[in-house]
Amino acid sequence: MGRVTDFLLELRSEEIPARMQDKAREDLARLFAAELAKAGITTGAIATYATPRRLALIARDLPLETAAVTEEVKGPKTAAPPQALEGFLRKTGLTREQLTERDGVFFAITEKPGRATADVLADAIPAIVRAFPWPKSMRWGAASTSTESLRWVRPLHGIVALLGEELVPVSIAGIESGYATLGHRFHHPGPITIGSADDYVAKLNAAHVIVDQDARRTIIRDRASALAAEAGLVLVEDEGLVGENAGLTEWPVPLLGRFDAEFLSVPPEVIQLTARVNQKYFVCRDSGGALANAFVCTANIEASDGGATIVEGNRKVLAARLSDARFFYDTDLKVPLETQAEKLSKIVFHEKLGTVADKVDRVAKLARWLVEEGIILPGTGRGTSEAGGGGVPHGASLADASLHHPADGPPPRAGEELADLAERAARLAKADLVTGMVGEFPELQGLMGGYYAAAQGEDPRVAAAVRDHYKPVGQGDEVPTDPVTVAVSLADKLDTIAAFFSINEKPTGSKDPFALRRAVLGVASIIQQNALSASLRKMFELALEQNHRARRARDVTTDADAGYSRYVDELITFAIDRLKVQQREAGVRHDLIDAVFALGGEDDLVRLLARVRALQAFVGTEDGANLLAGYKRAANILKKEGYSPLPPREGPGVGGESQDGSAKPLPNLSPEGGGDEGGGKTLSYTPEIAEADLIAALDAAEPAAARAVEAEDFEAAMAALATLRGPIDAFFDSVTVNDPDADKRAARLALLARVRDAVHTVADFSRIEG
Amino acid sequence: MILALHDYWSERGCVILQPYDMEMGAGTFHPATTLRALGPDTWNAAFVQPCRRPTDGRYGENPNRLQHYYQYQVILKPSPPDLQDLYLGSLAAIGVDTALHDIRFVEDDWESPTLGAWGLGWEVWCDGMEVTQFTYFQQMGGYDMKPVAGELTYGLERLAMYIQNVDNVYDLAFNDSGVTYGDVFLENERQMSTWNFEVADTDTLFDLFRKAAAECENCLERGLPIPAYEQAIKASHTFNLLQARGVISVAERQAYMGRVRDLAKGACGAWMDKNGWAA
Repeated sequence: MGRVTDFLLELRSEEIPARMQDKAREDLARLFAAELAKAGITTGAIATYATPRRLALIARDLPLETAAVTEEVKGPKTAAPPQALEGFLRKTGLTREQLTERDGVFFAITEKPGRATADVLADAIPAIVRAFPWPKSMRWGAASTSTESLRWVRPLHGIVALLGEELVPVSIAGIESGYATLGHRFHHPGPITIGSADDYVAKLNAAHVIVDQDARRTIIRDRASALAAEAGLVLVEDEGLVGENAGLTEWPVPLLGRFDAEFLSVPPEVIQLTARVNQKYFVCRDSGGALANAFVCTANIEASDGGATIVEGNRKVLAARLSDARFFYDTDLKVPLETQAEKLSKIVFHEKLGTVADKVDRVAKLARWLVEEGIILPGTGRGTSEAGGGGVPHGASLADASLHHPADGPPPRAGEELADLAERAARLAKADLVTGMVGEFPELQGLMGGYYAAAQGEDPRVAAAVRDHYKPVGQGDEVPTDPVTVAVSLADKLDTIAAFFSINEKPTGSKDPFALRRAVLGVASIIQQNALSASLRKMFELALEQNHRARRARDVTTDADAGYSRYVDELITFAIDRLKVQQREAGVRHDLIDAVFALGGEDDLVRLLARVRALQAFVGTEDGANLLAGYKRAANILKKEGYSPLPPREGPGVGGESQDGSAKPLPNLSPEGGGDEGGGKTLSYTPEIAEADLIAALDAAEPAAARAVEAEDFEAAMAALATLRGPIDAFFDSVTVNDPDADKRAARLALLARVRDAVHTVADFSRIEG
Repeated sequence: MILALHDYWSERGCVILQPYDMEMGAGTFHPATTLRALGPDTWNAAFVQPCRRPTDGRYGENPNRLQHYYQYQVILKPSPPDLQDLYLGSLAAIGVDTALHDIRFVEDDWESPTLGAWGLGWEVWCDGMEVTQFTYFQQMGGYDMKPVAGELTYGLERLAMYIQNVDNVYDLAFNDSGVTYGDVFLENERQMSTWNFEVADTDTLFDLFRKAAAECENCLERGLPIPAYEQAIKASHTFNLLQARGVISVAERQAYMGRVRDLAKGACGAWMDKNGWAA
């Protein structure tokens, strides 16, 4: 390798938005590396820098020129017809004499000499600038008479491009590269001359520009904390603010100021948000953890008075902002939430779904129903209900729900109270959307409602539900556990999902404008977190029923009477699909969820997942793996022989056929019902030993598995199935299914069907992969 | 202060204009900005424009929010290469010491949905307070700027608060004989806030909106872009009043804004046609 040297590029412009600087550095490094790779140049380390006024790159160890390259293109055979040669000459632009002959074939050999790296860079820099992917770019100045004029994030003013100590001559839209750049806008407004990549950072530093964003971040982080500590306070750390302030300054100077303690009557979240969003200030806590009347702003200059004027100015701005916030807060407090809620009838939720007031009404009724149906109990979320434990048996009908409260459960009166509180909270939950504070800070929705509800003397559980009913907002967000909040949150999300599905607004591909996927994940999280033992089908039916009633009340000519139940299956599939995605992160196999769900549409998520976990543990064992193999072999034979598929079964909860909550044994699983179909009692021949063993094993395993499933003891169900593994293996080893004797063949096929069906009491093994 | 700005910008080639005699939400609505920003001709102007923003009224109780205040507006087309330096020079001219104050250019892309206009630029902060909106117009009335104009909009009250070092806008000295901003405007703010938020007759306003829109279209049919644009300004302000009265729902809001935008775009288009400029 020849001599190498370093390269410096600085693109100086008017202030680059702070939020774009990190991405711009990445883009610059990427585009630069790509341009060099195109020319066959390898470089050492690439460092990038961004300040508000410049985007810079230093690449180490560039060769001074690119290596010479020999290119060889194979042509026709020398014996080929003349037309082939003519074509090749045309293609390469060479003459017959310039070709080389080797082993009876023509070759076109061209020597590409090395290029000076400076020349490569002179071409690359304009290409990078013109292709730069700013999120938003603009035109400017006299040249913008044409819409084709150069675009940059803000007007571009200067280019420094130095390879070693040599200038790389570049001209872009009238901007010529040079050695000069500018220092800090106020501390060092004149030009400074850069010698090479090596003195760039130091020279700028001497001109009050800390070009390395990480160094600026460290200063802001450390100094802000130190200032708070000096004042006996603790800084509320905020890395986003650190980055933003570093993107707004070339010479960051954190300063601590105080605001009037009277403003602390405004909720702390409001103060923090105002300070952060509008002013980019840090806030502090006192030693007791309460918000203090202090802020830290980050100036871009060392002021001649030490910053006193700047702090005073910033204090005034914050005071005006907080005064505005207090105006909203005090004004909002004067209006009861019920009165605010009336204004929701003027806000359209969705053209086809009525107003927000209509939605509130549906959610309130649904929240009450969820309690009255026993899906949410006063004990919900307190850890009293184990997975699959208390609550209403699966598929219980509306009428007898109340009969199924656990014997040690709370008295019915507690249920009534819970229903009242849930409905009350739901009716107030959206009222803060029309308050001044939420109008100003939409991200405070819920939170402000909670404050206002508490201030007007609502039950603390109601205020908490108003505050938290949007939760969980995303993966990792806190999941509500208070029963009142659970009812409102669940009702709100179920209503949203059911409402949009019922007007055919479903998520497709990457499009989910109404965030229904997030909503259904929220539903799943709430159910799991609180071990709500209830059928998804039931919940969606309730939500659809509310929507249906509301629509009929709004519009008598609606065709909704055509039946809303047709959406239920779609909704359940949608929910299960999202559950699979969610559970994948927890290491749960999606095919196992399918295997359990496919069977009778298990839609009690808590039970479904318990079953899936047991199944996953089982198929991970040797017994499980071998049983799966035996099952697949049996199923394949049945399929090949065209053996009739399973009789259709309806899922629990459909048609109410399983009102007693027990799993109905299938005809061919019942020992008595086996009959001539292969039960094993009426064989017309003497079975072989392995055959008889398998029949005996099935006779024992079937009822055991069925009982275990009924008792929701899936480990026991798996254990019962595991007893089949040995007999099945032995059967396949020594018994010929496809016996010439038609009776034997039929009986053995029936036996395999019994095996398949026995396995299916636990899960549809055909859906299991591998 | 206004005189200092007039002097400064006049020396730099701007024509000094007077306020437009109509209610408008921002200096950008002044035809000297909106209409003159269009087309290839050089245009440099500076003027004061009173602004009315009914929803910003605080009954005189907020130290720096007003439903009626003054903007100083500079429009320079094409945008000069040293526009930032020119701007900082104007701050020095009115007494802002950049060794003492922290001046920052903070991203704030400007968009006026009712004018079909947008641009990139900053809000200029002085010690954390937004004192100027600094914008490179990219589109106006839906038309690409050819060339781009630079617009500076100074909040005069806020700058004055800095220079006079007062906390409350109403404490600003209006002259050297003890007359304050409050003496001149406080009662005005109280009464106008009450009218904007509580009293203004909404039926009348809806009617005004419809009539202004109809008249705008009438003017456009007759090939009169300037009067058409005036009617668009009227419709825009009437819409702002209806907003303050809280009688426009979220869904309707979009529709009304779209209506105003169509009127403004129509006027801008007619202005382009009248001057023979291609889009």
